[in-house]
Parts: sequence; structure tokens; C-alpha cells
Amino acid sequence: MRSSVTVHRAPRVPVFVAIAAALGLACVLSTFAVRVIGQAPAGASLTLFTRNAQRPIPLAIVGDQEMIGLDELASTFQLSVREEAGAVTVSYKGKTVVLNPEQTIASVAGRMISLPARPVRSGNRLLVPVDFISRAIAPIYDQKIELRRPSHLLLVGDVRVPRVSISSEPFNSGLRMIIDATPQASNSITRDGERLLVKFDADAIDVVIPTIQPQPVLQAIRRLDANGIAIELGPRFSSYRSSSQAVDSATRLTLELLPVPPEPGGPAGTPGATGLPGSPGSPSPNGTGNAPTTTGAAPPVDLPTFGQPSTPIRTVAIDPGHGGADEGAKGPGGLTEKALTLSVARRAKSALEARLGIRVLLTRDDDADVPFDGRTAVANNNKADLFISLHANASFRPTASGASVLVAQFPDEGLVKQTLEPHRVPVFGGGLRDIELVPWNQAQIRYLEQSDVFAKTLHAQFEARGIPLDLRPTDRAPLRVLASANMPAVLVELGYVSNPEQEGKLGGGDFQGTAAQAIVDAVAGFRDYLARTPEAER
Amino acid sequence: MKRGVILTIAGLGLTAALGWGLFIALPRWVAPRQTVTAPPVVTTEPATPERKIKARLFYVSEDGHGLTGVEHDVPYGADPAAQARAIIDAQFAAPDAPNVSAIPAGTTARAVYVANGDAYIDVSRDIVTGHPGGSLNEQLTVFTIVSAIKSNLPAVNGVQILVDGKEVDTLAGHVDLRQPLVKNPEWVQ
Repeated sequence: MRSSVTVHRAPRVPVFVAIAAALGLACVLSTFAVRVIGQAPAGASLTLFTRNAQRPIPLAIVGDQEMIGLDELASTFQLSVREEAGAVTVSYKGKTVVLNPEQTIASVAGRMISLPARPVRSGNRLLVPVDFISRAIAPIYDQKIELRRPSHLLLVGDVRVPRVSISSEPFNSGLRMIIDATPQASNSITRDGERLLVKFDADAIDVVIPTIQPQPVLQAIRRLDANGIAIELGPRFSSYRSSSQAVDSATRLTLELLPVPPEPGGPAGTPGATGLPGSPGSPSPNGTGNAPTTTGAAPPVDLPTFGQPSTPIRTVAIDPGHGGADEGAKGPGGLTEKALTLSVARRAKSALEARLGIRVLLTRDDDADVPFDGRTAVANNNKADLFISLHANASFRPTASGASVLVAQFPDEGLVKQTLEPHRVPVFGGGLRDIELVPWNQAQIRYLEQSDVFAKTLHAQFEARGIPLDLRPTDRAPLRVLASANMPAVLVELGYVSNPEQEGKLGGGDFQGTAAQAIVDAVAGFRDYLARTPEAER
Repeated sequence: MKRGVILTIAGLGLTAALGWGLFIALPRWVAPRQTVTAPPVVTTEPATPERKIKARLFYVSEDGHGLTGVEHDVPYGADPAAQARAIIDAQFAAPDAPNVSAIPAGTTARAVYVANGDAYIDVSRDIVTGHPGGSLNEQLTVFTIVSAIKSNLPAVNGVQILVDGKEVDTLAGHVDLRQPLVKNPEWVQ
């Protein structure tokens, strides 16, 4: 037996040695080749980015310098290159750059500049340091040229490529990500299955993706496409919220990833407390319920203070008031209530979906006349958690101005509430059962207190954003469209179209954007309130 | 014999026909035709002209956000419905300067009912077609009518506005008019 083993091993030794020797020789030769000949290692390139094109430009490494072929630059920037008497002249529309291959200086339109290294010949090509682009070509070129060495980007012309930096920190057992875009660029967030896609309003982004250890709410961050990143969510992710603001010359996006809370009664943070199938620490499929998996148990999770996944607000119905033949109020300048409310509703829908990840339904998305009950039915039938009816006001006195938030009012509210108490009725087979009979036209009466809370929250947001307020910024009124809403509901008067000065502002994009943002922040605030307030106390 | 029986029967028949024609058909034909009129459903008799009462009528306040009560002389009404009608007619009349009315010009009261403690004010469609819109304006219009009735006729519990004799959802898209309104807002002074 022993001799047979020896016989089988003997031929493998020379083969292994030969492979190792070949690999070692290849490495040595390739290094030598790069050092001497100046060929670029695989992947070393600049990315040229213009309004119409994007392509790589290969680089070469000579010593510790990144070099680029002058012929490559000539074809990229339509330069003419002429070599005579040992000097190389680069021309562009009458302006010239003269460099000497033996020196680290060059003349650019008559002014001397220095280069980090001498040009190098490689065969019949002349290689120049990459900085030659920004120091020599940019001053004579008729378009803006920006060289970003760290990210190997070469931007030519009027292109918007903000630098994007990403950092993160623990937050309420979840994760807070800070994403800065410089110069400012607006962003949008959409949920795509187990990913959040962050897209920037830019031609591309200059981003360095940080290395992040997989966490319960975040698996990884990846480049999505030219102007977006994808945030791959962890198994304990439940919801997110975001805010965007200008910070100096940057737009700062704060993105908070919130975890699934522990099950009621279960120990907070115990692996498996969420019961999510397949999540780290979830009960094993064999039914024991106690065997933790080895895929990396989630760290202890504290109860988050807001944004619970059983999030109290999943769907919001926005009702742009009036429409079709019913123009609503009309300003002296011609602004109609129906047009204003639809415009603000569309803005609020986009912002709510992008920033809070909330499903938003519009009771009308065009110039249609929708009956009152049809509007409420959109909210009730889709189990919306909040109903916001948008309107614009008018007064017999043209000086009246300001926004207000109204909540429904019913005649004999106390009496009606008593009738809404559950009725105990016998059921087939014996026993009793409590049933609630809610008249369609009085459904709102059970939510008046919550509607008041949202009205005050929205009022505060209007005030904080400098939106002029009515003499009665929050009020009660017997409003038809709110009566049948089976959820918290308000009617928002954005301002007075009958006031000529305010009519001009109401019709502008600035006001409408501000109003939409106020609505978004109010919804976020109301969501927080519901999440931290036990149902019995609402 | 047989012929005699036949003649007798024919004679009796002729006599009966003649009697019906003379005593029933002819008087009906020559008598003047009567006009049947339904008894009035509601009392909307004009108020007695010689007597007046002091009533509070309501107009848009200076800041445009509320209603202010102003005392007026209005004709006395013999019953609650007649009094309510007189008040509404006065309220709908064009106001003296500098008062501003929240009732659209041209609006008239078609009828006023009082039943089971509630007043029903049936107004012309001008209140809808002439309305400038806006929830505040609409509240001012509605509560001008409600306040005019409830302030002057305390026995009335609720006030419902009808348009052209029919119930309506709203006047301009906001205030729910499907049932009587029982409470005046705080901004009615």
C-alpha cells in the first residue's frame, strides 16, 4: 500500500513547481513591463464625461506618476500636436502649449507652468502627466474642464456631477445615513423590493461607496447607475424616513433606516423576536423556535421611538378640492381653486412617496368633477390612514388672507358618539358579540380628536415655514367632504385666492413646494405621534 | 199579450232614461266647473304690516372672518313660520352701507317651514349660482341664515337650507347641508 502512494504522488511535484515558477515569472515580467514600458495596469483609466458621451481614457503608470498619451488628449480635445527641434507644440484655436520632453515645465499661452514629472516617450507615443490636462489644456480650452484625481473623472463642458459622500451612525437601534451631494443636487428615494434607490438630479454622481459591515437594517451600499445608489436593506429593516436640506454648498440627505420592533411580550432585541421568516435569529424551520441561526444574529434592538413598521400611516389619501365644472373659488387674476389644489396635491404626493415611502392616493389626478362620496370612498376603500382635502379660500373682504386647517364638526356630537358605542348582539350557536354600526355620513366622528392633532401639527409646520396663517389657523366646521372619512381627516385652506397679493403667491412654485413640504413633515410628525401614543390614549 | 209586455218594458226603460237625463246628466252639464285647490302646506302669509319687531340680522364683519349682528325693524309675524319668513326676507334684502351681506345678490326666499322644532328655509338657486366660493364665504352665507333664525327665534332648534325645494349637499362644496344646523359658530357675534 505504501509504495503505491509514493508512485501516485511523484508526478505532481514537478507540475506544481512549474506552475508556481511560471506564475512568479509572469508577475515579475509584468511589473517590469509596466515600470519600463509605461503600460497601464488593468483598469487604470480616466473616465471622460461630457454632456453627450462617457468613455474611459487609458492611463499609464510611470514611476509613481499617472501618465496619459498626448495623442489620446489630441483626439479627445481636437488638439494639433507638432514636434520640431526637440520641442512639442500643442495648439487649440490659436492658443499654444509648448513643452520640452526633457523638462518639467511648459509654456501655456505664454505663461510658464510646472508639471509633476517630465513627459516620457513610449515607442512613438509621448506620455504626459495627467495633471497636464488641468494645468495646460484647461487654460486654453473653450469649455470648462475639471479633473477629479481621486475619482479619476474628467468632466468637460456643462455637466452636473456632484460629489457624493456617505456616512452612517447608529440611530435608535437602526441606522442614520448622511448623504451629502456637493454642489447641491436634489434627490428622490424609491423602494424597490429589498432596496432603497436614491437618485440624484444630475448627469452623474462622483461617489465613493464606503465599506459598511452588514447590519440588521443594512446589507450593503452599491452603485446603481450613473446618478444613483442602491441601499440593500437588512432583514430587520421595516421602514425609513428621510429629510433633505441645504448645508452650505451641499444638499444633505438624512436617511434613517428603522428596524422591526420586538414582538410584544418578547424580550427586546432577542434574536428571533421579530418572527420574520428567514431573518437572522428567526425561529428555525424545525419548529423549535429557539435555535438561532448561524448567519449572524442581529444585535440587540431597542424599541424605536418612531417609524414603527407596524407604521400607523401606510397610506394617505389627498383630495384636490373641486374640479371639472366646479372651479371652486377664483381669484381676481384668474387663479382657480381647482387648479391650485391639484398642483399642490401632486407635489405633496411626490414628496410623501419619496421622503416617507408612504403610499399616496389622489382622489382626482386630472380636471375631473368627483362627487363628495366618491372622494371619501377612495380613502375608505383603500384603508387610508389619513385624509387630506386641499382647498383655497375666498372672502367677501379682499384683505382676508392666510392658511387654515379645518376639522369636521357634527350637530349633537355627544349624542351621536353614544349611538356609535358597540352593540352587544346574540350570535348563532349561542353567546354574544359586540358589533359597531357606523353610519356612512358620520364615520369621521370617531376620529375627531386625532384629526385635531394632525390639524395642529400641520398648522405648526405652516408657521415654521413662514406660510401666512388665517386669523383662525385651526377650526371646526361642518364640512361635507370630511363627514364620511373613516380615518383622521382635515380640510386645508392654503390661502385666499380672493386676496390679490396672496393669489400671486399661491400660484407660484415656491409657495406650492413649501406647502407640500409642510404637509410631508406634518405627516411624519403625526406618524411619530401615533407610534408613541398607545391606541387607547389617542 | 206578449206584445203588451214588450211595450210596457220599453216604456219603463224610456222613462228611466229620461229621468236620468233630466235630473242627473243635465244639471251636471250646465253647472259651473269647480276648481280644486290644495290647502296650503306652510304658512307663509305676509306679516301684518302695522306691527314691527326688533330682530338681529347678520353681516360680514370688518375683517371678513365672521358675522356681526345688527338690529333691524322687521314686520311682525303671526306665527313662527310667518315671523321666520319676515326675518329671512329682511336678511336677504340689500344691506345699507357699510354692511356687507354674505347672501349672494338676487337670492330670494321661496318658502319657510317650521316643523318639529326645526326651520326649513327654501331659497332660490341664485344662492348657488351667485356664490363666490371658498369655505369661509360659504360658512358666512350659511350661518347668516342660521343665525338670523336662531338668534331671533330661540324656540327653533335647527335650521336646514333647501334650494329650489330640494335638499342639497352644499352651496359651494364645503358646508354640509344634509341636516339641520343647530349651533352657531363662535365667530358669530
